[in-house]
Amino acid sequence: MAGMTMLSDQGLRMDGRRPTELRKLSCRLGVFTQADGSAYIEQGNTKVLATVYGPHEVTGAKSKALHDRVLVNCQYSMATFSTGERKRRPRGDRKSIEMTLHMQQTFEAAILTQLYPKSQIDIFVEVLQSDGGNYCASINAATLALIDAGIPMKDIVCACSASFMKETAVVDINHLEETHAGTEIVMAILPKTEQIVFLQINGRLHEDHVPKVIDMGMKGCRDVHTVLTQTVQSHIADAMATMGE
Amino acid sequence: MAEVLLSQAEKIFIVHGVEDNVRIDGRSCLEYRSFEIETGTVSNASGSARVRMANTDILVGVKAELGVPALRKPDEGKLEFFVDCSANANPKFEGRGGEELANDIASMLSQAYGDKNTLDMRKLCIADGQHCWILYIDVLLLEVGGNLYDAVSLAVKSALYDTKIPNLTLTTNEEGQVEIDLSDDPFDYSEIDVENCPILVTCCKIGKSHVIDPSVEEEVCSLCRLVVSVTRTGHITSTRKVGAGSLLPESIAEMVSTSREIGISLNEALLNKLKGRI
Repeated sequence: MAGMTMLSDQGLRMDGRRPTELRKLSCRLGVFTQADGSAYIEQGNTKVLATVYGPHEVTGAKSKALHDRVLVNCQYSMATFSTGERKRRPRGDRKSIEMTLHMQQTFEAAILTQLYPKSQIDIFVEVLQSDGGNYCASINAATLALIDAGIPMKDIVCACSASFMKETAVVDINHLEETHAGTEIVMAILPKTEQIVFLQINGRLHEDHVPKVIDMGMKGCRDVHTVLTQTVQSHIADAMATMGE
Repeated sequence: MAEVLLSQAEKIFIVHGVEDNVRIDGRSCLEYRSFEIETGTVSNASGSARVRMANTDILVGVKAELGVPALRKPDEGKLEFFVDCSANANPKFEGRGGEELANDIASMLSQAYGDKNTLDMRKLCIADGQHCWILYIDVLLLEVGGNLYDAVSLAVKSALYDTKIPNLTLTTNEEGQVEIDLSDDPFDYSEIDVENCPILVTCCKIGKSHVIDPSVEEEVCSLCRLVVSVTRTGHITSTRKVGAGSLLPESIAEMVSTSREIGISLNEALLNKLKGRI
């Protein structure tokens, strides 16, 4: 029965969105002054804060430094009050470690790493409120923070999730849909070249449907890209205005 | 990086300024900066508040969960403080780097709230020795820029003010066990009386004078600080000396009384703000 209510006969989802509709996406750049780059993103009820420090000298063990490219150091943590049930630890649990690793992979593919050999870039992400699509919101926030820090990238990385319910592909699923739909694909793309830098499919999905859902995810990513670009442009316009040309 | 490095000349400039009762941002020694408070920011929590004071940014979430009372205090609920130093604030906090500071703040808070008169813990008890509310007060440091203790305590008090605890109906079954029914109505809740909750006031010793609400630069110049927790009525629930320097008993007494006065007016101002009287 759960599947019946997920998508109404009129083609509306539980929160009233159409299958191709994203949640309200609002973001801000440069929220903190101390960090080199920072960004805050709200994707529906999911709220994520990202900061970037660097490029700087490698901290801790010097043996971690890479001779030909920059070391991308990520940390994903969730506030203990961010989820419905209280989390006991903000980081260090299996899921956070996995998320950290995924983020690292994604950004190693996007940042022009060869420009800063023997250095380090820190990307810290903090989920303040979680309502599904944590990974996507984290990636989008981190991208904006990297842009704010002025770190050269191949493209603005955009991430989006998608699912499949009642023979329909739906985009940007929330927590309720995440737990009920069964399948979830999470992807991050470089929109200009339409290359996928991260792809994960959780749950069961028939082979025939995979392309449909991936296409929906791609569409979501492109929509996210539009919003992110607008934010960056208006942020830069504001910065220019305060500088007086 | 987030730490502040000051040269000798800069330090002398600050110290001389403080002697003449003028600080680098134009305040006098006992003047508090204005700060922003926002309550109800996290919808997943029972109560939440965000405080931004200059460059310090604190987010507090309170979650009320059902639990079992402690054996020694069967008629009281519990308060659990947890502080998380986010790496966003300082890259040094990455991994377990912020744990020391986090534990320090958490213990300071639980000491300040340890006094019986601050919060009526018996109101958090549901059934004697069987069920009680546990309030998890989770503090998240998003940005650290001076006067951390004060900002945290202001945020905690505001978040507790915002906390909504659902009302319960109790029934006793044949075996004498208490069963709990949670109301379906989200507007059926009770609030916490925060009138007597303490606020931490940091008093910073710079040269011969002392300074309230120090900025990061002033904290670097100071020999040591005294953190005093003050309630609305002027009761002091705990004090702690922070920093490497040493203090004479006379100056401690002086600092405590200054902090007390500031604390009383700060409590008053915060309560007025929270209740929407300003």
